[in-house]
Amino acid sequence: MADRPSLVRIEKPAVAVAAAAPLPDYTPRGHDFTSLTAHISDVVLVKPTGLGWFTSFGAASLLLLLFGGAIVFLLMTGVGIWGLSVPVAWGFAITDFVWWVGIGHAGTLISAILLLLHQRWRTSINRIAEAMTIFALLCAGLFPLLHLGRPWFFYWLAPYPNTMRLWPQFRSPLVWDVFAVSTYFAVSLVFWYIGMIPDLATMRDRATSRRGRIAYGVLAMGWRNSARHWHRYESTYLLLGGLATPLVISVHSVVSADFAAAIVPGWHETVFPPYFVAGAIFSGFAMVILLCVPIRHIYKLKEFITIDHLEVMGKIVLATSLLTSFGYLSEQTLSWYGHEKVEHYVYLNRIAAFDQYAFVSWSLVFCNTVAPQILWIPRLRRNQVVLVAVSTLVLVGMWLERYMIITTSLHRDYLTSSWGMFLPTIWDFLTFFGSIGLFATAFLLFIRSAPILAMSELRAMLPGSHGTEVGR
Amino acid sequence: MGSLETGVGSKEEDRTRDRMNQILFAISDQHTTAASKPAGVGRRYWRSLEEFCDTDEFRRLVQREYPSQAAFALDPLNRRKFLSLMGASLALAGASGCSITPAPTTEIVPYVRRPEDIVPGKPLFFASAMAHDGAAVGLLIETHEGRPTKVEGNPDHPASLGATSAIHQASVLDLYDPDRSQSVRYLGETRTWDDAIDAFRAMMSEPGQQRGGGLRLLIGTVASPTLRRQLESLQQRLPDARLHTCESAPNERALQAARAGFGEHGSPRYDFTKADVVLSLDADFLYEGPGHLRYAADFISRRRVRTSAADARQATMNRLYVVEPAVTCTGAKADHRLALRASEVEAFARSLAREAGLSTPAAAHGDVRSRHSTWISAVAHDLEAHRGRCLVIAGDRQPASVQLLAIALNDHFGNIGQTVEYTRPIASLLANGSTTDWIGSFRDLTDAMGQGAVKCLVILGGNPVYTAPADIPFAENLAKVPLRLRLGLHEDETSRLCQWHLPETHFMEAWSDAIAYDGTATIVQPVIEPLYEGRSAHEVVAILTDSREVPGRAIVREYWANEWKLDLGSSEFETRWQTALHDGVVEGTRLPAQTVTLNTRWQSELARESSQLEGSQNEDPTSSLEIAFAMDPSICDGRFANNGWLQELPKPITKITWGNTAIVSPATAKRLGLGMGSYAHGGEHGGYHMPVVTLTLDGRSVDAPLWIMPGHADDAVTVHLGFGRRHAGRIGGSSDETVGFNANLLRTANSLWFARDLKITATDQTEIVACTQAHHQMEGRDSIRAASLNNFQEHPNFVSQAIDDERRERTLRAADGLSLLTPHNYDPPRHKWGMLIDLTSCIGCNACVAACQAENNIPVVGKDEVSRGREMHWIRIDRYVAGDADVPKAFHFQPLPCMHCENAPCEYVCPVEATVHSADGLNDMIYNRCVGTRFCSNNCPYKVRRFNFLAYSDFDSPGRRMQYNPDVTVRSRGVMEKCTYCVQRIRHAEIGAETEDRPLVDGDVITACQAACPTQAIVFGDLNDPQSQVKQAKDSPLHYSLLDEELNTRPRTTYLAELRNPNPDWEGG
Repeated sequence: MADRPSLVRIEKPAVAVAAAAPLPDYTPRGHDFTSLTAHISDVVLVKPTGLGWFTSFGAASLLLLLFGGAIVFLLMTGVGIWGLSVPVAWGFAITDFVWWVGIGHAGTLISAILLLLHQRWRTSINRIAEAMTIFALLCAGLFPLLHLGRPWFFYWLAPYPNTMRLWPQFRSPLVWDVFAVSTYFAVSLVFWYIGMIPDLATMRDRATSRRGRIAYGVLAMGWRNSARHWHRYESTYLLLGGLATPLVISVHSVVSADFAAAIVPGWHETVFPPYFVAGAIFSGFAMVILLCVPIRHIYKLKEFITIDHLEVMGKIVLATSLLTSFGYLSEQTLSWYGHEKVEHYVYLNRIAAFDQYAFVSWSLVFCNTVAPQILWIPRLRRNQVVLVAVSTLVLVGMWLERYMIITTSLHRDYLTSSWGMFLPTIWDFLTFFGSIGLFATAFLLFIRSAPILAMSELRAMLPGSHGTEVGR
Repeated sequence: MGSLETGVGSKEEDRTRDRMNQILFAISDQHTTAASKPAGVGRRYWRSLEEFCDTDEFRRLVQREYPSQAAFALDPLNRRKFLSLMGASLALAGASGCSITPAPTTEIVPYVRRPEDIVPGKPLFFASAMAHDGAAVGLLIETHEGRPTKVEGNPDHPASLGATSAIHQASVLDLYDPDRSQSVRYLGETRTWDDAIDAFRAMMSEPGQQRGGGLRLLIGTVASPTLRRQLESLQQRLPDARLHTCESAPNERALQAARAGFGEHGSPRYDFTKADVVLSLDADFLYEGPGHLRYAADFISRRRVRTSAADARQATMNRLYVVEPAVTCTGAKADHRLALRASEVEAFARSLAREAGLSTPAAAHGDVRSRHSTWISAVAHDLEAHRGRCLVIAGDRQPASVQLLAIALNDHFGNIGQTVEYTRPIASLLANGSTTDWIGSFRDLTDAMGQGAVKCLVILGGNPVYTAPADIPFAENLAKVPLRLRLGLHEDETSRLCQWHLPETHFMEAWSDAIAYDGTATIVQPVIEPLYEGRSAHEVVAILTDSREVPGRAIVREYWANEWKLDLGSSEFETRWQTALHDGVVEGTRLPAQTVTLNTRWQSELARESSQLEGSQNEDPTSSLEIAFAMDPSICDGRFANNGWLQELPKPITKITWGNTAIVSPATAKRLGLGMGSYAHGGEHGGYHMPVVTLTLDGRSVDAPLWIMPGHADDAVTVHLGFGRRHAGRIGGSSDETVGFNANLLRTANSLWFARDLKITATDQTEIVACTQAHHQMEGRDSIRAASLNNFQEHPNFVSQAIDDERRERTLRAADGLSLLTPHNYDPPRHKWGMLIDLTSCIGCNACVAACQAENNIPVVGKDEVSRGREMHWIRIDRYVAGDADVPKAFHFQPLPCMHCENAPCEYVCPVEATVHSADGLNDMIYNRCVGTRFCSNNCPYKVRRFNFLAYSDFDSPGRRMQYNPDVTVRSRGVMEKCTYCVQRIRHAEIGAETEDRPLVDGDVITACQAACPTQAIVFGDLNDPQSQVKQAKDSPLHYSLLDEELNTRPRTTYLAELRNPNPDWEGG
């Protein structure tokens, strides 16, 4: 095992090391190969399922049940159960969609882009982040379907051969969405799964029950830890990383085109693609922090996910907060400078007190711009309570941002006669919180059934994993 | 234990006995007849033994027969309750109703054998007329295989000229109303006509009844000459019987004034084509009254400007001054509008008369004169400057003194015989117009009933129990009449207090005739076999007169044979009869103008008329609030309350649907310390939670939600009648759930239209007011482009000059190059359909909205959905208030159908190609391809797309299915829909032209909204045809496109800017 090729082997540019200041060492401390493997796999295989898990799972599946109920009622009755109307024909569903897709960004960003950028710290969190991506996309993917007036015809948005010889209408950003999100989901899933194969083999080998051995065995696809396997594995992983990288950028750019390609004042903005991608990474990292902090406590993974890891993520949150805030500022400035009457009104309307949505705008400015500034202070950046609080605020703020973009733009557009409001109903809230239930349920199941940290990659960081090389 | 069992047994027995009693002795009861009512809440009625038993088998039967009922019953959404009610028309009627009555014995559709002219799929049109407001408007009723589906105006009819009002359009829905009464009922039990006739005969055969001593008839305004003749012969036959009137909007004051002025009763008839200046004294002549469609057409014909820019100097327009309390359609079109309280109009008229040089008794309120002296003198001068070419109109709500002043002013300015002429009374009870004190007559009847002098009361139409003024105890005294018969379309409040309810035929089911505002008669022919067991008023009066059961057709034919002095059997009669039927007008029936001269004593008559009002006039007008009553613009006095189309029609000015409010001005609201409430679900596009106030007048009070309307007179409240009904039906209100509040509870016989000393007290309650457009202002956008005539003459191209050139250039530059929009080619021989709406001509009357609803199978969604901003109308009329909300400068209407943009923003965002461009330039909507992403609606800058958020369409109830236009798809849930330019009519015309091997010509295609419009504000046609009306109108310098400069949408529906003609000599007016 010690002589096997390693991921980190490919990263050796002396420049990178030289240019960097003394970097934190992300190597798991106090572990050898055996203890590391045991520590992580025992979470699933040996340790009894805790009361905390059951409690959380109960709560999550209760929410999931509500989600199911809300969906059944929605399918039976129609989208009229939501607070939609004619000026505001998109509401929570699209907000939720964009929000979840945004959260889904962090996983692949961590896996792919940070892999290509040789960021060692990604190793401890990439599995969690990738799982989060998959589950977030699962939630995200549901919303555009539920949002349809006739969801049973959702497949008409996909190109498939049919007797009517009808294809989707390719000028519509919604069709681009179908491609962007489904591709992203597919690649993320494959990436996640491939990256997990060596670990699944470990699980297979360590599984105590027959059922476990069979299940992990099937999933491990006959991984035998041979050099050839490692060789193929690493090149595939790298290639997939390369493939996923543009997708991270493209998917939210395309989602932003849902708005940018429309002529609705407040939507029709060229700044949207980068601004949406920054916002997506922002919320994604916030979600990763929110997931990592409890997990490292409960499953005693502090040696793996260290405060240093959290601090790096905090820095990214701070950086993307600034990018997103720059987006807010540029939107307002451009509308002011452009002096298009209708558009200017919409932007003014968002921030001025004469509309009841102004509180949404100012709340999100607080959550997304003001609150993360606390992370400039290193001491607070390394404080988990602060990080969790900021992350929660960021997640709320990013949801509000999408809500603001969708609602405030639609409710006051060109003709004043059609101006209206959007007031959500109980069903809007149930579908939103219900989707959190879906996410949480899936994530909790993941914790209990797969190695939550990438064991093989962590092992590769241990001293001795590269023959003569000792750590870094 | 044993005793307990006995107890149970006896309870069982009691229940059985109760049921037996119900079967055998159903007793009169005010409660509902709904079978679903739980036991213990009133007495239950039932339609069949199965239903009575309410067994599982019956429920299965219901589910099998009427699956809709079951489905809707499962629906837990309360807000869809009314939909469920519509769908659950257990109305055994509908489809099955046709078989109740015996096979037709006269020629009448539906045919038994297919005659030559019925081609399945091709509609037939029958000329007929609908009487409303005491006069008729000629209609063409469209039938599909014997089912009336829509009405159009009859172009040959003088009161219509092809146009209709919203009420006419909605009349077809009334025909299929599942809540219509279906059989003769005695105390709620089903009986037969024979039973009712026997009961009547028995009463009449009692001693002392032979001459009709105890018989009274209560009847509304009679527009049918046949019925008038019948009533006369009834009086001859039964000389002691008496006729009484009930009409919630009696218009006898004009008749009285004519009598005071000229010495004889007469109806005024206006000729707006000759009037250069019009002054309306609280008269909504564009929207209300027997001749309003014609008046609107004539009035607007003098306002329409269609000159080229070069000839702008020659453009002329008439000028309209309006003095009124609440904003009406007429007021909204005024060049100068003065908001005065209703009671102050008289003072205004007096001051004006003085200013004009007439000697009138001193005006009651000097302050009106001093406050509005500029107004008064400007109007007086303008009228003076247009002698013989001006017109003063007094509204029916104003007292006879104002009517008399209007007569005097018209006389003074030499208008009589020019712009106004007088004919024999049109709207009256009898042909000779003998009864003119309508309220007095109604009061007499009530008194007689109270004294027990009335043995038998027959109520033909009307709903006096609901509409009676609060101080006339009609409902109480009614119970003292031994025999009460009621003929009506619905079993309403009045029917419930009568032993006998007799189902009436709808006007589309029966023979009759009716005269128009100018006396022109139309023979009303049935277009469908009566759906239920109804009979017409003619048939009932024939029975009352001499117990003969004569078919309505024979009665009407007999009358016209007499009138024409022809034999019934003669071929000459047949020819005239057929011609009259075919044309929809009876030749030569227009009433001639009478020669009238104003009495020299008119001033003393005026003093006499005024003295009746003295008591209330002497108070300080500022100390208290005034209340004004008005007919509801949609449902009138409540007679159309059960019509979903009319209930959901946004009222022309307030845009409120489903209910009435206490309307006040912003200043008065401020004074009362009240304001607009918080947003309802849909915000400005859905309504508000409005504070509920208690209105107290003379010790009577009702609770009403407040509404603030700029332009309303200060210190006054306007309330609309017709709401708060408790037995209207499933749409219009039941005892469980009323729609709006009943303003009749405040109305007294002495102050039918306005009263002083209203007290308003705020309550802590709120109520949702569903309003489709609560945002009045344009926020500086140029949705409406308008100018004064002078301005136009000086700057004929003001519309295009107003456009920011730089912006237009930027838009066009942006349109170059790479684009998501695909170019289209519409070169001839293709058509290029386009629409033009003239904002000067639009009077906001909603006829287009209702016509579109009827033509295109547009569903009704109910109050709750409207308050969520989800009404489905394909064409809406935007109403803007220009200027300050406290002192509005002008009101604008802007009808908005789909713009059919050439660069349609909706098309490129649809992911499934459900909305695409047709070869002739229509923006088509393919319902069965739509998945409901609603992106098209979001991207539509005009917001004309409508979405089926829930299952709004009624696929199930038999009646509604019969009404549907077979050429238009009924849309399902989750599907977007919008105006199609009546594509079914375009294709019909194209096919027709192809069959006849000729090209389409201008006028072949007339959209539903265009057809209904009384002022021809909507023009539709082929833009590729240089001769077409629409193309020529679009060459006007007033032409502009909405939002095109900003968005480069290239809309096909465009507008002509609105022109007004304010008095140029009057600065600051």
